[in-house]
Amino acid sequence: MEHTSLIERILRAVALALVVVFFMFPLLWIFLMSFQTNETILSIPPELFFTPTLQNYTALITGKLTSAAGTLDIAFMRNLWNSVFLSVTSVAVSLLLGVPAAYAFARHKFRGSEDIAFTLLSFRFAPPLLVLLPLTLYFQQLGLANTYFGLVWVYQLICLPLILWIVRGYFEDISADVEYAYRIAGHSWFATFRKIALPLAGPGIAAAGLLAFIFAWNNFVFALVLASADKQPVTVGALAFVTASGIQYGQIAAAIVLSIAPTLALALYAQRYLVEGLSLGAVKG
Amino acid sequence: MPAVVSTARRRSGLRISKRALPYVLSLPALLVCIGILVPFFAAVLYSFQRYRLSQPWNRQYNWGENYLNFFTDPGFWNTLRVSLVYAGSTVVLELLLGLGIALLLQKRTRLNNFISIMLLMPLMTAPALAALMWKLMTNPGFGVLSYLASLVGLQDFRWASSPSTALFTVVLVDIWVYTPFIMILLLAGLRSLPTQPFEAAALDGVPRSFVFFRITLPMLMPYILTATLFRLLDSIQQFDIIYAMTQGGPGDTLTVFQVEAYLNFFQSTNVGRSAALLMILWVITYFLSFVFIKNWLRLRERARGEA
Repeated sequence: MEHTSLIERILRAVALALVVVFFMFPLLWIFLMSFQTNETILSIPPELFFTPTLQNYTALITGKLTSAAGTLDIAFMRNLWNSVFLSVTSVAVSLLLGVPAAYAFARHKFRGSEDIAFTLLSFRFAPPLLVLLPLTLYFQQLGLANTYFGLVWVYQLICLPLILWIVRGYFEDISADVEYAYRIAGHSWFATFRKIALPLAGPGIAAAGLLAFIFAWNNFVFALVLASADKQPVTVGALAFVTASGIQYGQIAAAIVLSIAPTLALALYAQRYLVEGLSLGAVKG
Repeated sequence: MPAVVSTARRRSGLRISKRALPYVLSLPALLVCIGILVPFFAAVLYSFQRYRLSQPWNRQYNWGENYLNFFTDPGFWNTLRVSLVYAGSTVVLELLLGLGIALLLQKRTRLNNFISIMLLMPLMTAPALAALMWKLMTNPGFGVLSYLASLVGLQDFRWASSPSTALFTVVLVDIWVYTPFIMILLLAGLRSLPTQPFEAAALDGVPRSFVFFRITLPMLMPYILTATLFRLLDSIQQFDIIYAMTQGGPGDTLTVFQVEAYLNFFQSTNVGRSAALLMILWVITYFLSFVFIKNWLRLRERARGEA
């Protein structure tokens, strides 16, 4: 690598610049658009310099859009709240169910343990609609149609395999001898789990939780099939937005910015763990 | 399994016996998932029925008829073709692009690390929202991409709303979202390779193309395979991007498996055909995931071994 020619270094820099432009430009463009009025957006050629306005965001946050044609109600804050509630609850439930199971799979090689772990993993790869479409019919019979309970339950399909497999890896990394020594000292397995295993695997559990949150937040098809307007998260809500009449483009852009900001912020915060999480624990970053 | 738990409980009172403990710990997670397995079996049954939501009185088993009909159904062959073309082109392009970017970013400099973190942002954008972003960018009225296309002489480039360019447009969005996935897996792989073979090759003055094809690529292969299979599994089932962008249109240009099944279920209320389509997709993904999991396990063992 030391004897790279000047031409090669220039080519590398150009290629890298192109890569950055391709991947960053859409985000930048939407971000700028969210501060523009409809007139600015519709001007051709696109204006590079404009006076930014916050009116798109205020319209979304107050839920009222006043225009010449009258006032229009926007339920976007409701979608945002649904996203927060569904993602947080699903991850909490997943951690509650998944962390003990991950510990069991990591520490005890019991009969059928690998089969069960793989069955749980295979949920990650089955076509979601295969389960979702019959589920719409079942949920209607069970009275779970369009309930947060039903949605959180189904969201376990996204969160649980992820948490189980990542956290399992972290438990496996803890030396069993440490736990054994603590057990010998006369402590119960639960005390060992709580005082030794949980704190040591803590960062991994937190990272798995953050990742599960991101995936739950970004999910689209589950809520599209199972939720009506009042329970829909931002991913589904934003789609309805585009087809709604009277909505201005700047507001769509602002809605997209508000919808992706939380996951982008979390991803940048947890980026150290992303490689491991995205590969379900197969590759370490 | 529940029998084991109950006898163990009886024997030792409130204390859980050592043998039962792992079952007790993993049982709640299992139960939650088993509840979700029920609809899976329902789907298997539906796929063998003539079942339209609009004609519940006509519902009966027709056994393999839904599947046999596919042979003479041009709609099905279109679905299969579009799904394969979509999955094939996204995975190949993302692999080449991801590998290229990973090689560019291989050296651990501060700038490279910063760029690789920046590139995670598309991947963390919800695919459905990414599709909406690109929909705005390709809007014929004000979209910046439509404007750029007109600058280079493509006056009436209609992106996702024209049958001839719709596939190109959704593949482009898929590349934007998922290339970083391949990139970060391969970058982690590249950076974890042992340095000795490369040092030895440099000492011997081996040409760099030889180093790349004979040392880097073979050593990177487990990572490439895992990343490719992972993406292939997701890509053959792509729904979010295509549905958010065009709802499978224009016409039936983009009716991939899951989109077609969704439309069959909710628009033509043909539950039987929808379930049969999803079963075929499930068989495909089952075989892919079988290969994938074997590969993934090997990689996981290695990562754990290094820890």
